[in-house]
Amino acid sequence: MSNEALHGHPEVVTTHDVHHDEHHVHHHKETFITKYVFSQDHKMIAKQFLITGMIWAVIGGLMSVLFRLQLGYPDQTFPWLEDILGRWAKGGKISAENYYALVTMHGTVLVFFVLTGGLSGTFANFLIPLQIGARDMASPFMNMLSYWFFFGGSIVMISSLFIQTGPFSGGWTAYPPLSALGDASPGSKTGMDLWITAMAMFVVSSLLGGLNYISTVLNMRTKGMSMTRMPLTMWALFFTAVLGVLSFPVLLSGFILLLFDRHGGTSFYLSDIYIAATKTALPNEGGSAILFQHLFWFLGHPEVYIILLPAMGMASEIISINARKPIFGYMAMVGSMFAITILAFLVWAHHMFVTGLNPFLGSVFVLLTLLIAVPSAIKVFNWLTTIWKANIKFTPGMMFALGFVSLFISGGLTGIFLGNSTLDIHLHDTYFVIAHFHIVMGVSAFFGMFAGIYHWFPKMYGRFMNNTMAYIHFWVTLAGAYLIFWPMHYEGLAGMPRRYLDYTGWESFKQFAELNKFISTVAIIVFAVQLLFIFNFFYSIFKGRKLTKPNPWGATTLEWTTPIRPGHGNWPGEIPEVHRWAYDYSKDGRDFIPQTEPIGPNESHH
Amino acid sequence: MTTTGILLLAILILGFLITFQIAKASEYVSVLKGEKKAFEQNNRINAFLMVVFLVLGLIGVWWCNKALYPKTLMPYPAASEHGKNIDTMLMITIAITGIVFLITQILLFWFAYKYQHSEKRQAFFYPHNNKLEVLWTTVPAIALCILVGFGLFYWFRMTGEAPADAMQVEITGKQFGWIYRYPGKDGEFGKKYYRNIDEATGNQLGLIWRDTTIIKKDRHNNPVGEAKLKADPQGFDDLVDNTAMYLVKGKAVKLIINSRDVIHDVGLSHFRLKMDAVPGTPTTMWFTPQYTTDEMKKITNNPKFEYEISCDQMCGNSHYAMRGIIKVVTPEEFILWKAKQKPAYALAFPETVATLAQPAAPVADSAASTQRHP
Ligand code: HEM
Ligand SMILES: [Cu+2]
Ligand SMILES: [Cu+2]
Repeated sequence: MSNEALHGHPEVVTTHDVHHDEHHVHHHKETFITKYVFSQDHKMIAKQFLITGMIWAVIGGLMSVLFRLQLGYPDQTFPWLEDILGRWAKGGKISAENYYALVTMHGTVLVFFVLTGGLSGTFANFLIPLQIGARDMASPFMNMLSYWFFFGGSIVMISSLFIQTGPFSGGWTAYPPLSALGDASPGSKTGMDLWITAMAMFVVSSLLGGLNYISTVLNMRTKGMSMTRMPLTMWALFFTAVLGVLSFPVLLSGFILLLFDRHGGTSFYLSDIYIAATKTALPNEGGSAILFQHLFWFLGHPEVYIILLPAMGMASEIISINARKPIFGYMAMVGSMFAITILAFLVWAHHMFVTGLNPFLGSVFVLLTLLIAVPSAIKVFNWLTTIWKANIKFTPGMMFALGFVSLFISGGLTGIFLGNSTLDIHLHDTYFVIAHFHIVMGVSAFFGMFAGIYHWFPKMYGRFMNNTMAYIHFWVTLAGAYLIFWPMHYEGLAGMPRRYLDYTGWESFKQFAELNKFISTVAIIVFAVQLLFIFNFFYSIFKGRKLTKPNPWGATTLEWTTPIRPGHGNWPGEIPEVHRWAYDYSKDGRDFIPQTEPIGPNESHH
Repeated sequence: MTTTGILLLAILILGFLITFQIAKASEYVSVLKGEKKAFEQNNRINAFLMVVFLVLGLIGVWWCNKALYPKTLMPYPAASEHGKNIDTMLMITIAITGIVFLITQILLFWFAYKYQHSEKRQAFFYPHNNKLEVLWTTVPAIALCILVGFGLFYWFRMTGEAPADAMQVEITGKQFGWIYRYPGKDGEFGKKYYRNIDEATGNQLGLIWRDTTIIKKDRHNNPVGEAKLKADPQGFDDLVDNTAMYLVKGKAVKLIINSRDVIHDVGLSHFRLKMDAVPGTPTTMWFTPQYTTDEMKKITNNPKFEYEISCDQMCGNSHYAMRGIIKVVTPEEFILWKAKQKPAYALAFPETVATLAQPAAPVADSAASTQRHP
């Protein structure tokens, strides 16, 4: 396992020698530090994001296993837990305080650090220059900073787990006054300051990355690569970046006001509060706790599409390649992503139907929310038509892409329940919501990410991942995801609230004890299978079957025209010119026609 | 580590090792067999598993519904008029989305199976068709319009003005419990002020029972001004209670929802309603209970049935135990119950109960009440 295996560059060295004229003279002086740590190569930064994201995913997943133990077995103790976790599981039981800390960290970590940082950070970095035909990002240095802010934020977030008063425990949405008042909850003391600091660094990272992705896509496409010839992954990552750049600053402003309320004596969110624990009436009057929710969800809703769009883009690309068929309705796919991007900014208050929001305003948000289901439906039908009369190769990437479509359908449809205020007034903050957003955003985005990893792994490391392990990973995860989250809809229909650690005291919700056990058991199995994936990933980096040809999937796009292990700069020679769109599969009797091939004189039009 | 821990770990590691060996072996086999043959075999198996998953999945959906439907609220009638509308809306939505779910999932897995790779075939080059695109833009749009139409019709009914004769009850969330308040005979709630809260003297809501001057303090405890409060006699007969909220069957009730500290949420699953309790910003919600608690015991066949109030907004470490109770009773029972209640003022100052009849001169301000939160 030399560095070569990770990154080995026999070809690279030669290419550099031949072509050092153009862009990267400085690369001759590369040291270990500049190559693997403070790298400015977009491919290396992508791998840094990916591996950091994977570590985060294991941590976040493990947290859910722990709190699922409590939910499944509320009346039992697990002494061995105390051996491993110490004060987190005193007497083998997770206390309320720790339960809420785990839930909060689980949500924050998976939504932001894995499915935003890990997902966009990996694939936008890796794919944008390779698929549009650029040597690197517009600003490699900003790109490097983006990773290091992400890393710094991660360290701060982790460190909050180890402080005396514990990490923040008020839910990933961090609503004040709970998140503003240390006296209301121990997690809202230093833990919350660290949480805000980590999130602020995360926002900076997202902005640095996002601006880079946007400018690279707009300015650095190779000759012939018009916007409408870009693969759908590029469109998806581009819209994702636009969403992030426009909405993350609003979240940051919300956090800054929260900091002022916490430490500056202001009253943006606080009013009329009496803390029983300290028998004090707080001085704050006239603030609005709901203001924070507007600021939060103005990011929060676009955020779900920030998570979902990259998965949609990758699934589109991978489905088309392995169906050996053009994606159906390319322009409709771009159009629907555009519509989603716009509408994503206009639906945030659907998370706030029961906050006392003006009912008329609520009705406007109902309309806009259900409107967003139309572009979602278009995408689903286009994917279905893409595999109609196809010739499907079930590569692991393809299977995860198909699984993504299935989950997106299941989760998207329950959004139609929640977007309707009449039903949300019943279902809000119950397990129905948990089922909805885990399926549509959690698991399906993970499926998109897995599809991307299996599909582009050969490009990243010059080797394949092991297929058998991949198939086991796929089937267990798909079945497990449905077994875990499908029954939760029924708990929601019984009104069972989320963020409870024990239902035994409730006449209305205790009938699900058996079910909760079952769900917890499945969750543990599914988690174990993710470890199998992680193992497969690292094992294959060093021992996977080697790539023998540069284009293993028979894809049309530019990344497969680079050498098996491209160096910094991607193409040893000239950047190839593009002559057609990315989806000429099975056209005119040919299996596929690369984007770099000029249109033939007798080629048919479509 | 305990034995269970070691055992679990051992099983896990063993499982991994076996899977890994199988995975490695199958890779060698595929090299021996030839890449093409191995691919074809894998492809066939996975294609087949796609239909298997579809069939088992659909059976699972049916079976899950059979097992869990009785545990939801749906087998029983909703306990409020609004709730019945919500149930209707729910059924319409389940019907429409259910059809879409079945069609799309069946097509997805069926196509995956049917169009698996074959050497003999080539995929059909079919990049677009505007007619189809228009079709699946307009049909979902129409379906959604139907859902929005029904939804908003019910929504405006529920969120409209409460009937004029609705009784009023105030419910206030605090860490971690609920405080219920009823206006007395005058039908009006007395004024309150949060800086006037004093649990020690039985004033958990901060009702203004006396003329009081409150020294306002900033967060460093320095005085920054004062609030002169004038006693509000309307508060003398208010009932304040922590045990249960009593409502009358068939009589509309308007809840006035408050919070004393962080955001809570009044979750009434049997009535299918909920509304946040936001400090500083009162909210309201009205409904009409349809069945008494005793009737619900019979309907649900559960002698322990209660209308529980679940806090549905994360409010701190005992959020999961923030339970309230609503007792829906007959009008007669309600009158009896009310007659037995003593106003909070009377409970706090038993010696002044006599003056309650003519609440003319509020007791003079005492030094203690002005400086109760040093
Ligand atoms: C397509 C991708 C989607 C993603 C990634 C997504 C994600 C989420 C997430 C994370 C929540 C959590 C709310 C919470 O913590 O309280 C949520 C709730 C919600 N989603 Fe989605 N959603 C998606 C699609 C939809 C669709 C298509 C609709 C409506 C047509 C919808 C409507 C809602 C509503 C109204 C809520 C709020 C429910 C509540 O808080 O009670 N979502 N969604
Ligand atoms: Cu949203
Ligand atoms: Cu609560």
